[in-house]
Amino acid sequence: MINVIWLGMIVIGFVFAAVNGRMDAFTAAVFDGAKNGVTVSFGLISVLVFWLGVMKIAEDAGLLRTIARLLGPIVSFLFPDVPKGHPAIGYILSNMSANLLGLGNAATPMGIKAMQELQTLNPDKDTATPAMCTLLALNTASITLIPATLIAIRLNYGSSDPADIVGTTLAATFVATLAAIFADRLCRRMHLLRRPPGPPAESSSPARGGSASPHYQVKG
Amino acid sequence: MIAFIPLYAYARKVPVYESFVDGAKEGFGTAIGIIPHLVGMMVAISVFRASGALDFLMGFISPLLRGLGVPPEVLPLGLLRPLTGTGSLAYATELIRVHGPDSLIGRIASTIQGSTDTTLYVLTVYFGAVGIRNGRYALKVGLFSDLVGFVAAIAICLLVFG
Repeated sequence: MINVIWLGMIVIGFVFAAVNGRMDAFTAAVFDGAKNGVTVSFGLISVLVFWLGVMKIAEDAGLLRTIARLLGPIVSFLFPDVPKGHPAIGYILSNMSANLLGLGNAATPMGIKAMQELQTLNPDKDTATPAMCTLLALNTASITLIPATLIAIRLNYGSSDPADIVGTTLAATFVATLAAIFADRLCRRMHLLRRPPGPPAESSSPARGGSASPHYQVKG
Repeated sequence: MIAFIPLYAYARKVPVYESFVDGAKEGFGTAIGIIPHLVGMMVAISVFRASGALDFLMGFISPLLRGLGVPPEVLPLGLLRPLTGTGSLAYATELIRVHGPDSLIGRIASTIQGSTDTTLYVLTVYFGAVGIRNGRYALKVGLFSDLVGFVAAIAICLLVFG
């Protein structure tokens, strides 16, 4: 999927540039994109270094385990494959909370950390596990309570009520998140059904296990 | 949060500074590891935009939207949003500047921008950080929820502000 999209964008871009006589722009765009990629990564360094440091303190203090215990039920519903009390749960929760509060730059390091923890449970290091897909689905549709950036921009251009989009944003993001969770469940289920009989490759499935568990009842 | 965590940890006898440095060590390596993934993605996106392919795609969908009473100006935002965070934010800002923050277009733009995330970026960074090459159905799910969010944002704005 990702291979096709990536190749498609480049090839289609090349064809269009040739037809529109924009080959110069095409070449410039290649190096522009490369430069942006590096710039964004470098921008992430400071944020990552700082937040991972803070998270390490939280971990050593046992905070992550405490949070994980409190919000465990929600996460074990969303991530049935992750064993209870696994460090991944704490990071997943921190990532979700940061998203909720609109702390995008804090959410990313926690999400990365959660991914690294989930990777330790992954038998096939090149392929994403269902739990990783769920985490990604939650992040791409991240529920936002306060879209601070947008409010600032609207204030800047003289809006009479810059915060009047909070309600609509919350409603739309809620719908998108539900859609993400639903689609993720559906795909996960299809994925399990497509597997040949025998033990599934990601055999960290819960003790209640099997596709007969309530987790996989998707109301169609 | 930034003050609370170290304080709480210190109260529980954690050597906070050493812990911080220990955790922070990982940040640099992780960020550097993401570079190839991000460069690859950003090149594809910027080529797609600069070549006029994005505009061409837009030309197809605009008449459809007009029929539904949706201002076609917001469409590029829907297409940009999953691809580039900065690009879509710039475009949303432009819409707000041109049409006014309290116009229907301005409000729809704000809602779209605020309610979904940059799917391709999130996927690249998260999977890149752990070296996942095959993302299975993650991209499909992400793009689907973007589409739902986009439609929901427009529908809700038309209901509330229309």
